[in-house]
Amino acid sequence: MTELRDVVLRGGRLLDPSSNLDGVGDLLVRNGKVEALGGNLGTPDGAEVIDCKGQVVTPGFIDVHCHLREPGREDVETIQSGARAAAAGGFTAVCAMPNTDPVTDNQAAIGFVLKQGRAANAARVYPIGAISIGQKGERLAEFGEMVHAGAVAVSDDGKPVVSAQLMRTALEYARTFGIPVADHCEEPTLAAGGAMHEGFVSARLGLKGIPAEAEEIMAIRDILLARLTGGHVHLCHMSTKGSVELIRWGKERGISVTAEACPHHLSLTDAAVEGYNTNAKMNPPLRSAVDVEAVQQAVKDGTIDVLATDHAPHHNDEKSREFADAPNGIIGLETALPVNVTWLVKSGIISLATLVERMSCAPARLFNLPGGTLRRGSAADITVFDPDQAWTVDPAAFLTKGRNTPYGGRILHGRVGCTLVDGRIVFRKMG
Amino acid sequence: MSAPLGKDLLGLEHLSAEQITLILDTADPLREISERAIKKVPTLRGATVLNLFYEPSTRTRTSFEFAEKRMSADTVNIATAASSVTKGETLVDTAKNLEAMKIDMVVIRHPSSGAARFLAERIESNVINAGDGMHEHPTQGLLDLLTLRRKFGTLKGKRVCIVGDVLHSRVARSNIWGLTKLGADVAVCGPRTLLPAAIAEFGVTVFDRVEAAIEWADALNVLRLQLERMTGGYIPSLREYNRVFGVTRERLDRSPRDLVIMHPGPMNRGVEIDSDVADGPHSVILEQVTNGVAVRMAVLYLLAGHAPALAEAAKGGDRS
Repeated sequence: MTELRDVVLRGGRLLDPSSNLDGVGDLLVRNGKVEALGGNLGTPDGAEVIDCKGQVVTPGFIDVHCHLREPGREDVETIQSGARAAAAGGFTAVCAMPNTDPVTDNQAAIGFVLKQGRAANAARVYPIGAISIGQKGERLAEFGEMVHAGAVAVSDDGKPVVSAQLMRTALEYARTFGIPVADHCEEPTLAAGGAMHEGFVSARLGLKGIPAEAEEIMAIRDILLARLTGGHVHLCHMSTKGSVELIRWGKERGISVTAEACPHHLSLTDAAVEGYNTNAKMNPPLRSAVDVEAVQQAVKDGTIDVLATDHAPHHNDEKSREFADAPNGIIGLETALPVNVTWLVKSGIISLATLVERMSCAPARLFNLPGGTLRRGSAADITVFDPDQAWTVDPAAFLTKGRNTPYGGRILHGRVGCTLVDGRIVFRKMG
Repeated sequence: MSAPLGKDLLGLEHLSAEQITLILDTADPLREISERAIKKVPTLRGATVLNLFYEPSTRTRTSFEFAEKRMSADTVNIATAASSVTKGETLVDTAKNLEAMKIDMVVIRHPSSGAARFLAERIESNVINAGDGMHEHPTQGLLDLLTLRRKFGTLKGKRVCIVGDVLHSRVARSNIWGLTKLGADVAVCGPRTLLPAAIAEFGVTVFDRVEAAIEWADALNVLRLQLERMTGGYIPSLREYNRVFGVTRERLDRSPRDLVIMHPGPMNRGVEIDSDVADGPHSVILEQVTNGVAVRMAVLYLLAGHAPALAEAAKGGDRS
């Protein structure tokens, strides 16, 4: 076997909630594994030493929700560009949603995503398979075949599972394979034609609104179906006060529900749409300040288990349109950490340890993925970042092909220094 | 000379009371031009104006065109089917092409909210919003204001109720902003299915019953009920709409005062308004149309960079 060079991460704050680790020290990586952690480990012959003073060394971030657009829209993202963008954002692994073209709804398609992911040589890429064939919401896709090929979850994300009966069978059937069923909660008749959150801003701008209840009705439906079936439902991109109250209700009753929230729903309100800014258009839409605060609190108290990105690149031509015609979605892989640090950590809502729990440990645990820990002997999937460094977001400098971000020009705190996957440095900040 | 309104007229929400008053003050004397035998002043001679209509319109387009021609501008009309995502040129490309043709002003009507602003941000020409989706229709709002101001002398403290489909109405939004800024008390009345859920945040009173609105108001602005609201499921039938919300002579007769009746047109007689009201002594519906030309002349004039309070000079053709 080819010997990997040892890596010594020198003098950083080693922070790993999964092993209750929090202290300044060194971390030695050998043969792709965490070999040792300690006060002063010295430098083995030939080792690469990375100075981590003032930086935080944590288990690598894992994004359970991103859209890498391959196959089908390689003009807006490829698995390679997405995996590299992920590494630049401090992610050592990402889960790719199956709403590709063709839909990732069979074992061959799952294998393709894995193959492209390996070739990218950046963040690990785990495929999520479709719940229904073609994401049409009619017949179950072959969960067993897809899991055998490497799928880590199922989802029809981009669309809700409209049929309660199909959702029920998906949750029941998924139990055999121990995978979560991730749902995009949107009651389609209430949300039909909606372009942004329904409220005063939508009324003023003359845009059809999507009420918070469109999300909440499906959230409680899914929670009740999880209670009925015992299956694990994972609620994607939760954005409203009502949703987190319903999730809390479900968790208090021991129902197997987990949930994610996205950086944009934790930092921006529907006011960001002012001026018909299509880079503030996504689904679910940016909500009210009351919703943002409630979801932030839910991240703090654990009602929201996971911080995910819903990274959704679109071509500039598609976003440079009349607001109602522009597609939903924004990129997020390279801004997730700084947005979360700026709005959740710097503002004093959560600690850095909680941030790492939500961005790394919990995603690994809930989706049964490797990583999410710095324990000795575990794979060296590691993120090093400076939580204090301020920088100005320059979309042109992103590694993703997407430029559709509402954070361009903003000064954010928190910057990734380097990212290691299997002990290899897959990203290192220049300068 | 800097334009007192800025480059574009996109809506009334972001105009000040002073700017709105300036437009009305400019429009008032311009009415006289349309009374002349030779209805033309040379004010905009040499300027090219494009009327770009992505939605069918008779009244607004004709009104703009008369306003432009009476100011001696060169005009071109483009009426095109609503832009669709799948076919036709994008609005970005349209904007670039317009820019290349060195057009001075564009009057745009478009089914998508924000389309006028979208265009305005991409071209240097002045852009006038002639109605964008459900957002605003500022010149309609202005002509409504002018009509009421001429009727009442001032809008301060006057009670104006907008009746009908506020949810989908750009006229309603422009009216709410304009009336509020000029000190009127504004109310809306209609079935809750046709009012925005957040309507109270506009700072208006809401009446569920049209009888209560009539009892309260000095003037009613009766909105057109789009027939597709019935097929869209917002109301069960036109018949019931007329029965519950129709502005009828019988209802008006119970009011303690004579209400001024406005309607932006085109009317559905017998649905939102009855003919004996529309054609009655307190209807100012045709005055609205007359005032529309004057208001549009004023907007063209002010956007072209002309100094305020020069309406008199404008009639003589002074371009200073």
